[in-house]
Amino acid sequence: MSDWSASAPVSAMGTRDPAIRVRGLTRRFGDFTAVDAISFDVAAGEVFGFLGANGAGKTTAIRMLTGLLAPTDGEATVAGRDIRTEPDAIKRAIGYMSQKFSLYEDLTPRENIQLYGGIYGLARSEIRARGERLLSRLGLEGAAGELVGSLPLGWKQKLAFSVALLHEPGIVFLDEPTGGVDPITRRQFWEMIYEAAASGTTVFVTTHYMDEAEYCDRLSIMVEGRIAALGTPDELKDEHTAGSIEDVFVRLARGDGAAGAHP
Amino acid sequence: MKSDVVVHDLAKAFGDVAALEGVSFDVRTGELFGFIGSDGAGKTTLLRILTTLLLPDRGSAEVLGRDVVSDMWELRRRVGYMPGRFSLYPDLSVAENLSFFASVFGTTVEAQYERIAPIYRQIEPFADRRAGALSGGMKQKLALSCALVHEPEILFLDEPTTGVDAVSRREFWDMLQDLRDAGLTIVVSTPYMDEADRCERVALIDGGRILRIDAPDALGREYGHPLLAVHGAVGGDRARLLRVLRGLPHAESVYPFGETLHFTDRRAGADPRALAHDLLEALTDAGLSGAHVEPIEPGIEDVFMSLMGRAS
Repeated sequence: MSDWSASAPVSAMGTRDPAIRVRGLTRRFGDFTAVDAISFDVAAGEVFGFLGANGAGKTTAIRMLTGLLAPTDGEATVAGRDIRTEPDAIKRAIGYMSQKFSLYEDLTPRENIQLYGGIYGLARSEIRARGERLLSRLGLEGAAGELVGSLPLGWKQKLAFSVALLHEPGIVFLDEPTGGVDPITRRQFWEMIYEAAASGTTVFVTTHYMDEAEYCDRLSIMVEGRIAALGTPDELKDEHTAGSIEDVFVRLARGDGAAGAHP
Repeated sequence: MKSDVVVHDLAKAFGDVAALEGVSFDVRTGELFGFIGSDGAGKTTLLRILTTLLLPDRGSAEVLGRDVVSDMWELRRRVGYMPGRFSLYPDLSVAENLSFFASVFGTTVEAQYERIAPIYRQIEPFADRRAGALSGGMKQKLALSCALVHEPEILFLDEPTTGVDAVSRREFWDMLQDLRDAGLTIVVSTPYMDEADRCERVALIDGGRILRIDAPDALGREYGHPLLAVHGAVGGDRARLLRVLRGLPHAESVYPFGETLHFTDRRAGADPRALAHDLLEALTDAGLSGAHVEPIEPGIEDVFMSLMGRAS
């Protein structure tokens, strides 16, 4: 297993155009405002943590940023494309994996690679070359012919992440990629995230593991549709005079008034 | 001490895949007992056998003094089970789901109200809402209410906090501890290591085997190696720090833990303070100044990873 990348956090104020630019992004469902005028930038090559309690609006925001849901108001560009007018271009430009949906369990790793490569329009020779590289990097050559459903979860998730990067997207969205994964594999997965970021891929990641939040270059915490905190892990801890991101999270998500009152 | 669960050498395979490879343990009456392990460790298979939903291939299991195979019909009335997947009727309302489960067990919500009130009251304002339209946290509270409505003597919960945010997780554990304080025996599984502290005793489970059973604060005692926390990735260069630490001759393992790194030293029995001093010097020699190194007590995740490493 290789080391965590040496990439220094890239400032959102850097000279390159941000990989993700969000301004006043809003989504209402009837009377309910799921995402309420959120604004932030994610710099190219940054590992950006997108945190929030269940129901805070994270999933709705991610669906808009990946071109799956039109916003009610506001604007956003992802990989330089407008989410309102170019949602399909965004789908081609990004990679995506989640805990709930990643690979087809009744196909082999190699078949999954062929399927995803084909969907993203890679040439057959390219799929073969990248696929073999991917399998050997993961040490999965031996299991390439077995059904994905029979692989341990940790392998599945590492494979799914690699497949999400197969078409070399500039940005990859990871929705709870390490849920339920054992603690050693969880750390190996983060080393893969850092490797991808070091090679210039922007990583947009959600997690319920608060120690993983500390591994992000910057993170945001959503509360009731709004971004309640945004900054580096150290900045957020300083700002809230908290010892850990978990403390910051619990304070914000419970609301400051209730923080001390809860048993 | 009386036990509500006694399990001996329990095994179960699905085709070629061994889900459980001979586990033995007991759960004492009134205990809050946790199974901690990742997906695929065998937690769900174990809970399904204990709740009479699955037959073991080998071994024995008694719950409330009854055999899970031969006394399964009696046990089904006496145990409560909250499965990992939301398994209520999404198109029935909150109140309808609850009264359905009550009626299956020949009781009524009214008769059981006092028992479930501490939990049910939190979702009662939404009694007419379809269960499928509830938020994640409310779904859990409804599922827990339904699992309690027939007055079970023991409660089994399969990963009730998976995919749930840190705040809701704490609230859910508060509810479980209240139930335990009221005298209910509870067996709960979770992939979150930090939840171990909420249990009287935990079993660490991986690959169908129990790695260790102990009280959470006792788990660290048998770690066997000095453990050092390294803070302050010099110049933000965490990768280099990790590389240097892993390259040291006495490195047993080096893992990131939030903003710190945990360095396990191979030299068992050595004075941790002296080792911390050594490590700091080694880092300075490697050109990494300004780090902080201190001996720490191993936590459950350190223990788990060390046991996993040994098992593989």
